[in-house]
Amino acid sequence: MKQHYIIGQIETPAGIVGQVSTVWTNKDLFSTLKVRWSIGRMDYTVMPGLYAVGNPDKESDVYVSCNFKLSFDHLRRALHGMNGWILVLDTKGINVWCAAGKGTFGTKELAYRIKEHQLEKVVTHKRVIVPQLGATGVSAYKIKEETGCKVVYGPVKACDIPGFVANGYKTLPEMRKIDFTLLERTKLIPVELFYAKYYLIIVPAIFLILAGLHTKGFSVDLSWSNGGRAVINLCIAYLSGCVITPILLPLIPFKRFSLKGVVTGWLMAALLLYFNFLSTNIVEIIAWFLLIGGISSFMAMNFTGASTYTSLSGVQKEMKVFLPLQIGCVALGSMGWIFSRFI
Amino acid sequence: MKGLTYIKNVNTLQLDSEKCNGCAVCSVVCPHAVFIMKEGKSFVQHKDLCMECGACVMNCPTQAVTVKSGVGCAAGVISGWIRGTEPVCDCGPGGCC
Repeated sequence: MKQHYIIGQIETPAGIVGQVSTVWTNKDLFSTLKVRWSIGRMDYTVMPGLYAVGNPDKESDVYVSCNFKLSFDHLRRALHGMNGWILVLDTKGINVWCAAGKGTFGTKELAYRIKEHQLEKVVTHKRVIVPQLGATGVSAYKIKEETGCKVVYGPVKACDIPGFVANGYKTLPEMRKIDFTLLERTKLIPVELFYAKYYLIIVPAIFLILAGLHTKGFSVDLSWSNGGRAVINLCIAYLSGCVITPILLPLIPFKRFSLKGVVTGWLMAALLLYFNFLSTNIVEIIAWFLLIGGISSFMAMNFTGASTYTSLSGVQKEMKVFLPLQIGCVALGSMGWIFSRFI
Repeated sequence: MKGLTYIKNVNTLQLDSEKCNGCAVCSVVCPHAVFIMKEGKSFVQHKDLCMECGACVMNCPTQAVTVKSGVGCAAGVISGWIRGTEPVCDCGPGGCC
């Protein structure tokens, strides 16, 4: 099937290569928005292989990419007005950094693609430009040994490629650093929102039902009034961990994500208390602080996976302490809340 | 990285300067500018900024750098515990890590 981003063909000694557009169409933009919201994420791929940008020749640079379409789109857009080749590795639709961590964006796959697509016939320079974050999976000296190709590490972000080329194929220190700006954190929130999947329906449903319980039996009215309030509190706990904490990340005290989550969770709980949303019953108030703190802390801790600076050793260290605490808080909070139905 | 630093004294990064041949590839691939080149050798300047991605280890031709690398992701650690494996990154493309 012909993809909309293929706008022509280039003949090479290694066969015909598709020429890609360097301009995003509305279709690209729309599908980017969709994929950010986890829609159709799993099959958002590009066919692995060699592509041409502009009118490249034997001297043109070769840029290595993954087959997650969003990453590929950023690369082709960054190469606007340039001539070059794009070598897409099969990373099973996963972005460069994640795939490099898993090893699919790796030495073996890169060496295979260099040989498979007969790069030595297409270009004479024996050099490939690999995105810096791919270095987690690619070993430059092994590629040199296996294929004779020299790996040059390009910038972290595709948009810095023109600057990298202008600087004589050397990255400036700021092109090598990965940051975690407000915009970048915000882009990751939609994926976090769907973390709990079907629990997002089951848990509120359970609270709605339990909210109807009282000393004399079950009341549908109570279920709606108390249960509705409970569902709002739960939603706020969840959002506190996976939306508010990521947005305010650098502003919240503490290094540990779980502690940051507790801070935002309790701030939200305090706000709810102030607006009389928690309860007037002290048992239920305490129960809500435990529940909201625990849920918010857990969700915030999960954001370590999206962050660009947390180490595995650090995450394990905080989890050993906080995961039992989070489970304890949520269990105790739930029991307290159920108990408070009967007093 | 103003304001965004993680837990101190926890990561497993180690550099054996004896083995270093001064190629500087570690300082090129490190996304957190952990290394500094001094007199033709690499040194760890900001150890606490290391996120254990393992890019330096992968590319060091003399095996002078070591780190226990893996996914710094709580969900991945939990999946690893459940399956009895190392932490695994099994969320979809893009978004995570």
